[in-house]
Amino acid sequence: MSFMTWIDERFPATKVWNEHLAQYYAPKNFNFWYFFGSLAMLVLVNQIVTGIWLAMSYKPDATLAFASVEYIMRDVNWGWLIRYLHSTGASAFFVVIYLHMFRGLMYGSYRKPRELLWIIGMIIYVAMMATAFMGYLLPWGQMSYWGAQVIINLFAAIPVIGEDLSIWIRGDFVISDATLNRFFALHFLLPFILAALVFVHIVALHKVGSNNPDGIEIKKGPKGNKWSDTAPADGIPFHPYYSVKDIAGVIGFLILFLAVVFFMPEMGGYFLEPPNFEPANPLKTPAHIAPVWYFTPFYAILRAVPSFAGTQVWGVIAMGAAIVVLFFLPWLDKSPVKSIRYKGPIFKGMIAMFVVVFITLGYLGMLAPTPMGTLMSQICTILYFVFFLAMPIYSKMDKTKPVPERVTK
Amino acid sequence: MKKLIAILSLALLPLTGFAAGGNVALESADIDLTDHASLQRGAKYFVNYCQGCHSLQYFRYERMQDFGLSKEQIENNLIFGGHKIGEQMKTSMPALDAAEWFGTAPPDLTLTARLRKGGADWIYTYLKGFYADESRPFGVNNVVFPNVGMPHVLMELQGVQEATIETDAHGNKHVAALKLAKPGRMSVEEYDQMARDLSAFMTHVAEPNKLERQRLGIWVMLFLLVFFVVAIMLKKEFWKDVH
Repeated sequence: MSFMTWIDERFPATKVWNEHLAQYYAPKNFNFWYFFGSLAMLVLVNQIVTGIWLAMSYKPDATLAFASVEYIMRDVNWGWLIRYLHSTGASAFFVVIYLHMFRGLMYGSYRKPRELLWIIGMIIYVAMMATAFMGYLLPWGQMSYWGAQVIINLFAAIPVIGEDLSIWIRGDFVISDATLNRFFALHFLLPFILAALVFVHIVALHKVGSNNPDGIEIKKGPKGNKWSDTAPADGIPFHPYYSVKDIAGVIGFLILFLAVVFFMPEMGGYFLEPPNFEPANPLKTPAHIAPVWYFTPFYAILRAVPSFAGTQVWGVIAMGAAIVVLFFLPWLDKSPVKSIRYKGPIFKGMIAMFVVVFITLGYLGMLAPTPMGTLMSQICTILYFVFFLAMPIYSKMDKTKPVPERVTK
Repeated sequence: MKKLIAILSLALLPLTGFAAGGNVALESADIDLTDHASLQRGAKYFVNYCQGCHSLQYFRYERMQDFGLSKEQIENNLIFGGHKIGEQMKTSMPALDAAEWFGTAPPDLTLTARLRKGGADWIYTYLKGFYADESRPFGVNNVVFPNVGMPHVLMELQGVQEATIETDAHGNKHVAALKLAKPGRMSVEEYDQMARDLSAFMTHVAEPNKLERQRLGIWVMLFLLVFFVVAIMLKKEFWKDVH
């Protein structure tokens, strides 16, 4: 009796390996955009591993936190590398996830039967934003402190319960040691919840099967390929084909990622902001407070909405809605085809506009508010919501091209 | 699709350049972190002229070995006040007294080169940017740090500069030009070199591992590029039978 037989009689090791890798049939026409799922997992692992090692030397204490980060940078062996891998990894995570989400948007990966897959992905995205937000407080620099102050104050804009809610989140009347301690605890916990959500995301993916750049359901097409008579004809086993392809993707990603880590870890002030090299000072408000780049599109939406009826809650609602609307994407797209390849000029134009609007909002969110900037933010905010809320109309009336029977190259 | 990628990368262009910050054009410090003599002079100037008020509280004396000093040289020439070589470079001025004397405690300077936009150039321009201003408590003001709280400690070396103040269309005053009104003990060239050495030293202090990081990065890149070729060949080999 072989060793694997002994294991398989007690644990379905070979069965799981086959179902999810060696006999999981993925469409054979994945392109560049299909690297970002595996890259997101790589970055998550990087964040968890470097994060655990950082936590071995970091001190979640308002009087010690800033100095402990410099201790890691100077006195801990390879501490500077671990810290830069973590700080660059945070931004890389968002780069990869935004591209992963954009892939879904282009190829209709959220459409039936993948609605739940998309929603699980959105939950991962929201959990990731929470993790990143709490992690950014931990270095206890000026921008850590005031960025968190601004964002938590958003909750105070909620009528009636807002003030108490923001105090409950902080554990104090201002950001303080109590806030730092709880954010550290949650920042340590959330990545493991993220990992569990990623597991659920993959379980859902392997139930419905992967979409592809043509938006064709290979499971509905002809059966039979050289590996199996019952598998989709356009499918190839994930392992070894995509596992080997993803290795090339990983190396390509690492070249870019580690170029930042080793040669420009501050990324011109976007990944590590200059004001964060000064310890948090509750008595000294910086001239200009902006969140890190990956939150600025939503921050610009927040600032674009004026306060009226005596409350600023409208901006907070708009910012929340900008994220919530993404959850409903599967039901907003009424196009008869999934992939952008077979969608008409209206949808293509709208997606191009959305890309420009999202990047413009991100840029405006970094700048100090000006009348011109606010006006542009307002226009972009409207266009952002038009893209989603008008989608049921324009996706239906758009002229589509016929979808082929089989996947194309 | 290629068009989309082009649009994306074009739209990201403005993110790559970051405004120099401040309203003043910074002078290029032109520092060289591999120039050990410059860093050693910078360290000498720092302990003699700056450390009386400013600490480098995250930087240990012994790290000065990174730019070619021996333990004995550091202990005999650069450590005052009975500190140990493994200690961090604290200042002996009590922060509470300092706050009373200057209105604010002199800040720790370990990370100034990373905190100030422009880094070494900011420090260089700052050190050269003091000018006489009778309205200030110590009689001086600074072009990159308006209404700075500190006196011009290096005045006896640089001399006294006078500023030509211009008022623009919006009624804002700014310094148009600086002129050396009374020379100090150093020539202009000597003082520029001193400011350069101090900027280099403070840039080193802000991130002592910078050169090591870049040196290692080159090997990492070379390794990955070779591995990338292998990975692509491996992929091609495996995919031969997929049509």
